[in-house]
Amino acid sequence: MDISQLIGFTIIGFLIVKYLDNYLDIKQFDEYKARLLRVLPFGILGLTFIGQITTLTFITEFMFLWVFLFIIYVIIDLKDQRNVKNIFWLLGPYIVYQVFQIISQSIYGRDEKVAEGFETFFVIWIFAFGGYLNTQNRKEKVRLMADQKEKQTLEDSKKSLEHIVNLRTAEITEQKLALEQSMAELKATQSQLIHSEKMASLGELTAGIAHEIQNPLNFVNNFAELNKELIEELRQEQKKEQRDYENEQQILEDVFNNLEKIMHHGKRADGIIKGMLQHSRKSTGKKEEINLNELADEYLRLAYHGLRAKDKTFNAQMSTNFDSSVGIIMGIHQDIGRVFLNLITNAFYTVNEKKKMLAENNNTHGYEPIVTVSTTRFNNEVIIKISDNGNGMSDAVKDKIFQPFFTTKPTGQGTGLGLSMSYEIITAGHNGEIKVETEEGVGTTFIITIPQ
Amino acid sequence: MMKILVVDDEQDIKDLFEQKFRKEIKSKELEFVFTFNANDALAYLDSQNSEVVLILSDINMPGMSGLELLKEIKIKSFDPNPKIFMITAYGDEQSHRESLDLGASDFLTKPVNFIELKEKFKSILL
Repeated sequence: MDISQLIGFTIIGFLIVKYLDNYLDIKQFDEYKARLLRVLPFGILGLTFIGQITTLTFITEFMFLWVFLFIIYVIIDLKDQRNVKNIFWLLGPYIVYQVFQIISQSIYGRDEKVAEGFETFFVIWIFAFGGYLNTQNRKEKVRLMADQKEKQTLEDSKKSLEHIVNLRTAEITEQKLALEQSMAELKATQSQLIHSEKMASLGELTAGIAHEIQNPLNFVNNFAELNKELIEELRQEQKKEQRDYENEQQILEDVFNNLEKIMHHGKRADGIIKGMLQHSRKSTGKKEEINLNELADEYLRLAYHGLRAKDKTFNAQMSTNFDSSVGIIMGIHQDIGRVFLNLITNAFYTVNEKKKMLAENNNTHGYEPIVTVSTTRFNNEVIIKISDNGNGMSDAVKDKIFQPFFTTKPTGQGTGLGLSMSYEIITAGHNGEIKVETEEGVGTTFIITIPQ
Repeated sequence: MMKILVVDDEQDIKDLFEQKFRKEIKSKELEFVFTFNANDALAYLDSQNSEVVLILSDINMPGMSGLELLKEIKIKSFDPNPKIFMITAYGDEQSHRESLDLGASDFLTKPVNFIELKEKFKSILL
């Protein structure tokens, strides 16, 4: 082994490294593995170099062992990389031959003829197999480039898609925020509307309430005054020498009866005020005992007098048909009251409209506006009917009456919430049912069923 | 004897009047007839009109109102034509003017001042 051979080996080593860099596309390797691969040809050259030495010393044996282990290690470590297997098919036989040669010549000595034969074979093998691999690699590279291109195109479209998705997401987020804000505003408006509807119906009630309170209050005053007179009369009677006990007894009885009337009318006024307060207060949502017939009667009168106070020309007959077996039901007092008020006010409104319409055509003869409230108990259900002989409704109107804000009244006269709220109260609040039967020009009946 | 027809949907008005005017009723100066709606009042007048000297009518009643009753009575023109006093819980100007325009003799607001009412009865009797 002379110096020219060593230089030759080194140059060959560098050429192989260059070739491997290119063939194995070394950029795909991480730095450590790339370094291993670059050292590998020198390991093989080292092995060849050791093979040239005819006598093995301790140092050459040691070097051989390390170079051999190094090659094995690189093979194992890189076995999964692309094209690495091919390289080992290319160089493997040569490495194996070198190993055998080193071992055999240390035992039998070097046989130049056999070595030359093998070396010629390996030169042919390496060129032939190397050429084949090169062609394969070129094809592979073309395919890979096409793949790469496709991948890039895919990547690009993925990126542009992601961009679009991001834009849309931002838009949707913005819309969601706007919607949330609208929702909050709507909720605020809704509660405001519920409040104003309540206040509007309370306004309608006020005059009726004033009248309803004024009447019992007058009786309280009148009978109290009367009792004062009667007691004075009794005193005068008692002072008489000839006392008329029968008359005294009569006076006492009158006083007693009058006191009962005072109490009755006092309670009547009390009930009305309580009802009014309950109506304006926020619903407690709690079910309590309700005397349904009394409640219906109370609101019928309130609605009547309320409308009467607002419109002097308004007049209609009130008719009631209460089934005493209805008695006490469980319900939300104030809510049921509102339903009565809404339905009865509507009934009075429609009969009044019909009357006005007939009056315009001078055709009122024979028309008696009448609103009827009736109650019945059927099995475990209480049925309330509120009927009028007003204008009735077309099917188109009938379909919409329970929708919020739907009203047939002129602007400013109805909130359009009365029936939708009544519907909510009966169905959601009391698990009941509210139905409507109507015929245009004939009248309307609302039928409420509340399970008990 | 002066017969007075009282028309009011409040039934306790009967007890109130009968007690307030118990002396006049006892001495047969006055006689009261009560109906609790306008239709009954008209029916009573149709049958016994000659006896009724004065009608006291509420305005706000279910069914036919007091003002409508007043109109009807004026149209029917009974003989002798009874005087009509309208009584209402609403002392509003519109009802007052309307009542007088329709031919009512007087317009009273509730609560009724009975001393004043007695004076008015006396003036009619005289």
